[in-house]
Amino acid sequence: MMPNRIPTFLSVLVTTFSLVLLSWTAPFFSPAATASAQDSPVAVTGAQIITVTGQTYENGTLVVHEGRIIAVGDAADVAIPADAEMVDASGKVVMPGLVDSHSHIGEGDGGDRSAALHPDVRILDTINPRSDSFRRALAGGLTSVNVMPGSGHLISGQTVYLKLRPANRIEDMLIIVDEETGIYGGLKLANGTNPLRQPPFPGTRAKSAAMVRAEFIKAQEYQARIQAAGDDPGRMPARDLALETLVEVLQGKRIVHNHTHRHDDVLTAIRLADEFGYRMVLHHVTDAWKVADEIAASGYPASIIYIDSPGGKLEAINLLPKSAPILEKAGVDFGFHTDDPITDSRLFLRSPAFGMREGLGRQKALESVTIANARQMDIDDRVGSLEPGKDADFIILSGDPFSVYTRVEQTWIEGVKVWDFSDPEDRRFATGGHKANGGGAHGHRHGYHHGHHHH
Amino acid sequence: MRFFLMNPFSPAGAFAESFAGTGMPVSIRSAAVKTVTMLAILAILLVMAPTASTQIAVTADTVYTMEGEPLVNGVVLIRDGKIERVGRASEIAIPDGYEQFAGAVVTPGLIDSRSVVGLAGYYNQEHDQDQLERSNALQPDLRAIDAYNAREELVGFLRQNGITTVHTGHAPGAIVSGQTMVAKTSGRTVDEALLDSTTALAITLGPGVRNQFDTPGTRSKGIAMLRQELIRAAEYAEKRRHQDPDQRPGRDLRLDALADMLEGRIFALVTAHQAHDIMSALRLQREFGFPMLLEGASEAWMLLDEIREADVTVILHPSMVRLRGETENASLTTAAKLIEAGIPFVFQSGYESYVPKTRVVLFEAAIAVGFGLDRMDALRALTATPAQLFGLDHRLGSLAEGKDADLVIFNGDPFEYTTRPTHVFVNGVLSYEYD
Repeated sequence: MMPNRIPTFLSVLVTTFSLVLLSWTAPFFSPAATASAQDSPVAVTGAQIITVTGQTYENGTLVVHEGRIIAVGDAADVAIPADAEMVDASGKVVMPGLVDSHSHIGEGDGGDRSAALHPDVRILDTINPRSDSFRRALAGGLTSVNVMPGSGHLISGQTVYLKLRPANRIEDMLIIVDEETGIYGGLKLANGTNPLRQPPFPGTRAKSAAMVRAEFIKAQEYQARIQAAGDDPGRMPARDLALETLVEVLQGKRIVHNHTHRHDDVLTAIRLADEFGYRMVLHHVTDAWKVADEIAASGYPASIIYIDSPGGKLEAINLLPKSAPILEKAGVDFGFHTDDPITDSRLFLRSPAFGMREGLGRQKALESVTIANARQMDIDDRVGSLEPGKDADFIILSGDPFSVYTRVEQTWIEGVKVWDFSDPEDRRFATGGHKANGGGAHGHRHGYHHGHHHH
Repeated sequence: MRFFLMNPFSPAGAFAESFAGTGMPVSIRSAAVKTVTMLAILAILLVMAPTASTQIAVTADTVYTMEGEPLVNGVVLIRDGKIERVGRASEIAIPDGYEQFAGAVVTPGLIDSRSVVGLAGYYNQEHDQDQLERSNALQPDLRAIDAYNAREELVGFLRQNGITTVHTGHAPGAIVSGQTMVAKTSGRTVDEALLDSTTALAITLGPGVRNQFDTPGTRSKGIAMLRQELIRAAEYAEKRRHQDPDQRPGRDLRLDALADMLEGRIFALVTAHQAHDIMSALRLQREFGFPMLLEGASEAWMLLDEIREADVTVILHPSMVRLRGETENASLTTAAKLIEAGIPFVFQSGYESYVPKTRVVLFEAAIAVGFGLDRMDALRALTATPAQLFGLDHRLGSLAEGKDADLVIFNGDPFEYTTRPTHVFVNGVLSYEYD
């Protein structure tokens, strides 16, 4: 049975990770591991706490332990454990760690020029966990990120959902979506002009769609052969990494992240997803405001970008800052992404703020950088809001999230402070200059050398 | 016209600009229109274009005149394209017949002190990219005015964001890439827009040149080529000053421009990002004595004493410049540090090869304010300081009687993310209105 094939293979991997992790003294563990880096409770008090999915508490208390949220609520209603480490956040604002559904931090790559379709290629195998870009993202309050290969291919490869835990090994940063499948990312697709090149790439839009359809039909046939083989290993088709990945997509276990700009390309992406029944997130969606009703009717969520000016490429000349409120009005489930380095992770909150400048509602603005994006990665049961039982990923802000005057002061992941503006070493990742004098790649890291947050 | 109509970025502003942008009465032009149909269309558009009045009163909770302290409950009266009067609402009665506009904040029109808009267009296709000629690394003879597209969409985009004046021209990337100019962001032609046809020669130090040309392929070769050309220009300058016209050399457009720079008539706009490139710029300035604007200067925060002693103005990189290559050490706190060190600086949108195709100095200044720059210092660097720098302070840079009526109405704090310009006036004409 196909459903057992990859899980078996991956569960071996996951088990291996866990064993290595348990014998390793570094503070962070993959979600597969049971222990947490956080050995005593932490209570954050005095702040306005924005839970995003529930209430906002003007004088709230947040208690976290063993990497999870224990309690969140009004100061009067939340009991603080006697052994809790107290974090006084009086006058501050606390909200969930930001979730970015589309980024290129981490210096990874993807498929090469040998083909237009690379479902077998994993960005996992190329990311530099010590990249400065991760620390800049922490400075912007990002805690969970979908890191993707580029858009120069119809399928450029598998993406990774990362928790920005300081780590040496990429395995220690993965967010495993589902323990059974072991899947930790989506699949990057692109249409429009970016993948149009000389053969073996398509030269037209129609050819692009034909090539993607042909590949998914092959995957359907492969899936049928596996199902027909039943329990008989002798009848099982030879393993094919590309088709295995597409079968995960067909089974709804792996989400397609589809780069698309022009309104007709958006509708083509919807047409293909409908034909094969896979789950999809529309990315960038420059012309979204033109087809907002069609997107809403399709039910596919959108991951949009805000850029300071129109133009720069033909597909982006209609990038309209009003897209966000128009999508909100149409009822599309959407969020913002950074597409870092296209926009800067350090200033991610600026994107929803500029949406508000055009009329986007505050609640939707909050969701558009947290829970909405978590839904697009199947991790909304773990991150994206402050609720008991969820990962203790939160940020402490100096003021309103959508003000230019507000700074991210602290970023916490799974109950551990991983970035702090008041630390001069960390601050350089927020302000700049961190590559001067030999760079920061070997510098001090919160929670990294010290084993836990007490230092 | 069709282009404007179809473009989502310039709805109201495009109408106003296309039909009344010059301040010239629309009736003069419409008189030439013979058909009834056309007159009917114009009549409709005139109703839509809110710019018929030449007498305007603008009121705001806060008016940043940039002449002393901001006015609380201030009024600006505009007449025939110029500022007629500025003061407190309690002191100025708005005369009858003045069209009235109101908002939370008013500032002078903003000045972008270094851009490429008009030469670089927003489609980013071959036909609209005239910011860099790649046939020769030394081209002081290229004039921005010969390439500036006053109707470029990016120019209109800047105007919508409150930028009423732009110093624009050839991009960094050649040792000398060409001459720059200063223009209003309104006007149908370069002649209508122009404030200064020849402002500076754009010079680039550092690795930005070797990416564009085979030679120079190194920093030191680039500077050797520049020094040689400047020495040639110095000799030429001396010869062209000769008493006897017969002894003067034949005109050489390249040397003419460099000689003008050496004689102090135009600036050397020197792009240098890394510390050693900045030091090279200062060394060249000492050797040749030209008036210099230090552009980019990502690592200026490492050299505050040296830059202050050189007495140059810094046209600081956009705050949000991407941290890579020679800009890898750019800092969001540099603007505040320059002020603290007493170094005059101004903001720029700079040059982007991809997206965003232009940056916006209002947004770049806002980030600097968010990271510690004083609000008034930021406003000065967007208005009065560049006006003075470019020798245009008799017309621009503050709200004072007799100056050009370039001003911006905001619906809140000009620097806050969630507020915005609602009205932009250029030469007393409403050139953009947010709908």
